[in-house]
Amino acid sequence: MERKLITGNQAAALAARDSGVEVVAAYPITPSTPVVEEIARMVESGEMDARLILVESEHSAMAACIGASASGSRVFTATSSHGLAYMHELLHYAANARTPVVMAVANRAIGPGWNIWADLGDTMSQRDTGWIQFYCSSNQEIYDTVVMAYRVAEDRQVLLPAMVCYDGFVLSHTAMPVVTGIGEFLEEYRAPWKVDFDEPETFGNILSSDYYMELRKDVFESHRKAIRIIKKTEEAFESLTGRYSPLLLEKYMLDDAETAIVAIGAIASESKIAVRKLRRDGKKVGLLRIKCFRPFPSTDVVEALESVDTAVVIDRSISPGHEGQLFSEIKSALYSSRNRPEIIGKVAGLGGRDVTFRAIEKAVCGEFRDGWINEVVV
Amino acid sequence: MKISDIPEKEYLLPGNAACHGCASSMCLRTVLKAIGKRTVLVVPASCTSVYQGMFPGSAIDVPVFNTVFAASASTASGIKASLEKKGVDATVVVWAGDGGTYDIGLQALSAAAERNEDILYVCYNNEMYSNTGVQRSGATPYGAWTTTTWSGKKEHRKDVAEMMIAHDIPYVATASAGYLTDLYKKIRKAKNVKGFRYVEILAPCPPGWKYPMDRTVEMGRMAVETGMWILYEYENGEFRLTGLSKAIAEGKRELKDVEEYLLAQGRFAHLSQKDIGAIREYVERRWSNLAKLAGGVHAASAEFYV
Ligand SMILES: Cc1ncc(C[n+]2csc(CCOP(=O)(O)OP(=O)(O)O)c2C)c(N)n1
Ligand code: SF4
Repeated sequence: MERKLITGNQAAALAARDSGVEVVAAYPITPSTPVVEEIARMVESGEMDARLILVESEHSAMAACIGASASGSRVFTATSSHGLAYMHELLHYAANARTPVVMAVANRAIGPGWNIWADLGDTMSQRDTGWIQFYCSSNQEIYDTVVMAYRVAEDRQVLLPAMVCYDGFVLSHTAMPVVTGIGEFLEEYRAPWKVDFDEPETFGNILSSDYYMELRKDVFESHRKAIRIIKKTEEAFESLTGRYSPLLLEKYMLDDAETAIVAIGAIASESKIAVRKLRRDGKKVGLLRIKCFRPFPSTDVVEALESVDTAVVIDRSISPGHEGQLFSEIKSALYSSRNRPEIIGKVAGLGGRDVTFRAIEKAVCGEFRDGWINEVVV
Repeated sequence: MKISDIPEKEYLLPGNAACHGCASSMCLRTVLKAIGKRTVLVVPASCTSVYQGMFPGSAIDVPVFNTVFAASASTASGIKASLEKKGVDATVVVWAGDGGTYDIGLQALSAAAERNEDILYVCYNNEMYSNTGVQRSGATPYGAWTTTTWSGKKEHRKDVAEMMIAHDIPYVATASAGYLTDLYKKIRKAKNVKGFRYVEILAPCPPGWKYPMDRTVEMGRMAVETGMWILYEYENGEFRLTGLSKAIAEGKRELKDVEEYLLAQGRFAHLSQKDIGAIREYVERRWSNLAKLAGGVHAASAEFYV
């Protein structure tokens, strides 16, 4: 174990190295570029024993990752925004192919209006591709989550790709102290299939409607099973490294709370400050941070929010024509609960607009009635 | 070499779903024989995704990885990197149509070639998108009817094999379904070259070209005899014509007129004499372009002229 002052991107790159990644295929895009640069440096200097394929696009990056994973290697890539959108076809492919690719995504807005800053719209719009999605709130968490993501993704009951998301610049380019080192947490990746020349298999050929529905159902069920595996992984990681890094969700001062802030990513860490401030003012406020967005931990969300009167959900992304994606999911999870709190949705921080704890505080106190926290409150 | 020298062992099994007279499947059969057991085949969306058969069956008796339309070269790059890392010895072969090669997959192909990935990329060029029911591609020749060029394509085709020469990869070759032993030999050679190798096969398609299914080999030959398809190799920076194309260039065989070839195919039935003239001119232009290439890099072939 070693303590370093590093950016979120460096944390992701080091985690890939420490996870024993064997093949990396990647393409640069702000703000995830430094992940690729750092890996290239480590591979060239011999610090990282991996094959690096410097492809010409993100579409190719993901295709190469899928190919490498399907032929038995542990693989890694990183991207953002337009790069992720460009991968879209292959994101679906990776999930149906059951290749446990792990990808770091430094969240960024999508153009036009070229905007390189934090916005979760890029990964939220890949919600239904079948990927596991974790959203980090600190650099330590980025490091730990990449490592844990392999354990979850490669579990035989899961076998799904996973993205580790973190707000661009807010985390990707900000240096924070991070403890690295994972001890014996990960074993070598053993793929459930291998390239076998004596008993050759054809992978991904035409699948009729007699089978396709079962394939999709299996992806669906595996997401469900992943919830338990995620909890187990979180525990195993803590007992082996001594670090607690929430993988499913995090409850903060929620036990006696009357109002819960529900947030995701970096806004969730800012919300903690708001919670402490509001508590000092005598308001019983707590935080529910959603770490894992897919699979969505509905049961745990219900359990966490049933006892509050009000839940203020803050999204850093929107689904035009509807509402913030987190808001939708929280409402849907609580629909069948008898003790459903009042649920209020707020949208904040699009395109990197600063979200301060003061703005969150105001939102909790009933301001921003139209649902848009668009003022930077300093 | 005689056709009987090609090994009997089959890797493309009978009962596959290709049309009768399909050149693509015939050539895949030959390619797999040439490379043998330790092949990993990468197949993008194409007729091959269909004729290899439906899950849980498969007509291909080597490991196959089906991938998306645009990503065969990059998928293959990932597979090769992974197998190398694991110390597995295998020839990773892309088997893609001209749509997957000339159009949607060109970027990935060019990049893999530039990276000099240790892959053998084989394009079976049937001069259109067959799988989706005969639409134009960048390889469709001038004048050809397709379901997106009802009155005939207005542009000449481009040439990806020549683009691959411009990438200066270790090995480029063209072949035709009309000459399977030549194809076999070129694939055998390509197998033993390290780095990126590109082989493009002219693969006539009876339903797309509209000719009777028993004339596939003949079409493949007529294309070469009329100069519509030119056989060559580019190896370590040296360009040379091969087979009948070489004989034509050396004046040992006469070049036949394209009209005969065109009129044998329903897709060209509507052509006017002016159109045929345009195709003749195109053929001449291609020959003189290749002559320049040969003259520029390999003096021995420089005298060829048509
Ligand atoms: C991204 C994408 N666009 C379109 C298609 C539909 N599609 C499947 S195969 C094909 C044409 C394939 O043509 P070619 O590569 O020439 O192979 P052939 O069918 O002739 O064997 C098309 C357009 C697809 N699968 N993916
Ligand atoms: S449509 Fe053409 S290329 Fe496709 S299987 Fe039939 S003959 Fe072969």
